[in-house]
Amino acid sequence: MATQSSRLAARLMVAPSVIVLLVWMAIPLAMAIYYSFRLYRLISPERTGWVGFRNYTWFINSPEFWMAISNTLLLVGGVLAITIVFGTLIALLIDQPIWGQGPLRILVISPFFVMPPVAASIWENLFMHPQNGMFASFAQGLGMKPILFMESYPMASVIFIVAWEWLPFATLILLTALQSLSSEQLEAAEMDGASAVSRFRYIILPHMTRAITVVILIQTIFLLGIFGEIFTTTQGGPGSASTTLPYMIFKQAIAAKDIGRAAAGGIIAVILANIVAYFLMRGIGRHLDA
Amino acid sequence: MGQITLNQVRKSFGEVDVIPGVDLDIKDGEFVVFVGPSGCGKSTLLRLIAGLEDTTSGTISIDGKDATALPPAKRGLAMVFQSYALYPHMSVKKNIGFPLKMAGMDPAEAEKRIQRAASVLNLTNYLDRKPGQLSGGQRQRVAIGRAIVREPAAFLFDEPLSNLDAALRVGMRQEISELHQSLKTTMIYVTHDQVEAMTMADKIVVLNAGRIEQVGSPLDLYHNPKNVFVAGFIGSPKMNLIEGPEAAKHGAHTIGARPEHITVGDGPWEGVVGLSEHLGSDSFIKVDVPGIGIINVRGSGELGVHHGDRVKLNPAGKIHRFDANGLALA
Ligand SMILES: Nc1ncnc2c1ncn2[C@@H]1O[C@H](COP(=O)(O)OP(=O)(O)O)[C@@H](O)[C@H]1O
Ligand SMILES: [Mg+2]
Repeated sequence: MATQSSRLAARLMVAPSVIVLLVWMAIPLAMAIYYSFRLYRLISPERTGWVGFRNYTWFINSPEFWMAISNTLLLVGGVLAITIVFGTLIALLIDQPIWGQGPLRILVISPFFVMPPVAASIWENLFMHPQNGMFASFAQGLGMKPILFMESYPMASVIFIVAWEWLPFATLILLTALQSLSSEQLEAAEMDGASAVSRFRYIILPHMTRAITVVILIQTIFLLGIFGEIFTTTQGGPGSASTTLPYMIFKQAIAAKDIGRAAAGGIIAVILANIVAYFLMRGIGRHLDA
Repeated sequence: MGQITLNQVRKSFGEVDVIPGVDLDIKDGEFVVFVGPSGCGKSTLLRLIAGLEDTTSGTISIDGKDATALPPAKRGLAMVFQSYALYPHMSVKKNIGFPLKMAGMDPAEAEKRIQRAASVLNLTNYLDRKPGQLSGGQRQRVAIGRAIVREPAAFLFDEPLSNLDAALRVGMRQEISELHQSLKTTMIYVTHDQVEAMTMADKIVVLNAGRIEQVGSPLDLYHNPKNVFVAGFIGSPKMNLIEGPEAAKHGAHTIGARPEHITVGDGPWEGVVGLSEHLGSDSFIKVDVPGIGIINVRGSGELGVHHGDRVKLNPAGKIHRFDANGLALA
């Protein structure tokens, strides 16, 4: 890429994909912005017109909105915390030379291959269900009342299910990082008198920061948009106790059939995602440089 | 103190006996070099002493105390790895200070020791750098610094110079020797390079397939190799080993003559010069002597012999004699 002409050629060649990407991104965004300032309800499609910021103010003044924002952040933060802590522990465990290592690793990875609604249904109906669930029968066996997971702890249940789905991803990335650590470094630390905990704290953990950063960034992108698990389990309830921003937008678009408000919510979600991305890059982005 | 004794130490990986049984005594303050061809078990033996591998049987004692079951940190030894094994995310200072921090040493005292080590090793100006920003020789020095701050009973080096270029290697070799002179701590040094062994060691341990072939001072090994393997391994260029009728004349199965002990001029062996290398200080020539084989000769720089010349050789110096089992005859 040194000469002028080769740079030009390179630009020409990437131009088509850049243009496609731009169109792909820009048109839906532009349409969302357009509708977010319009009155557009599918129930009364004949009433149209500009409404200014009314869609936005409705969203921000809705009591559900701040709940949805905090639920969204809770979901992202909770799942990240669980997957990174347990992902690291599981990675440390399955990195040990143990019998049946190969099959064990495949088993650990397998939840990732289960589709989100399926995973959510399995957890809701087979494990957490107050009559048929395994946890309920455990509780009854111990003479306790079954826990009503989806009613009493809706957000925690959703976070748990999503964390279960994303744990393999985190484990896999963290395991590969762990395996790239030279054994001589650990042996040197051992000779230097470092205990197992100190070796983890001073050698293994710093070695894994970049992988942890990658896990945080990638998972955040996906977790901000989690929808299927909520739809199949709590439906955002009870009330709006487990409504996240994407779910609130869905309710406006499909239940209330108000495209204008849903579009305004979408734009707010885009802004939220950008704020999160900004703080993430400020906070941990430097770990991505070699 | 750093007195180490190995008693019938054996190590096998699964079926493979890597170390079939070694007895060795290392005195306090000695510079001991393990030398042998690649794969002969030098690193394994060193790692057994360090505690990074468990012995299959036998005992290791350090300063008279049985250390066979002690974890590495409890043995009071420091190791310098071939890859240096520096901690890449820590500064040079933190690297050197790591063992002190792990020992819970008072930070002021640790700082003093780090500064002292850094000045001995010429690292004072690099203390805030990361290992990735250092040259190979500097990284080597950081690894040594990390070892010396602990004031260990003995240092273990595993081919520490093999990643350096030739010029740096000679320099570091001298630095390590000087370090030994000033610290007077026991050092065990592993290398496959017999020149390093000859120049640095008080005592050389020649290993072959996990067995100790001979233990002795460099000159002792040079002058009195106990067997054919040691005779061929110690000395550069290699000793000429001759079998057949020529050896029978000396009443031996194999005879050995060092290239520097053969003179060109008049003599019993006659042949044609193959390769001749003239370095100015020395000349190395290979002579194809019919009935005996290729004979390496090391002559003076003025030796005016070239490819294709017909020369006569005289094995003027000591002839080493070995029996059919390769053992030296008196
Ligand atoms: N962890 C191990 N598992 C199995 N074999 C090993 C292991 N470590 C070393 N070996 C074998 O032991 C022999 C000696 O190895 P090593 O001590 O590294 O030799 P050196 O350092 O002299 O080159 C080699 O044949 C090597 O393949
Ligand atoms: Mg080795």
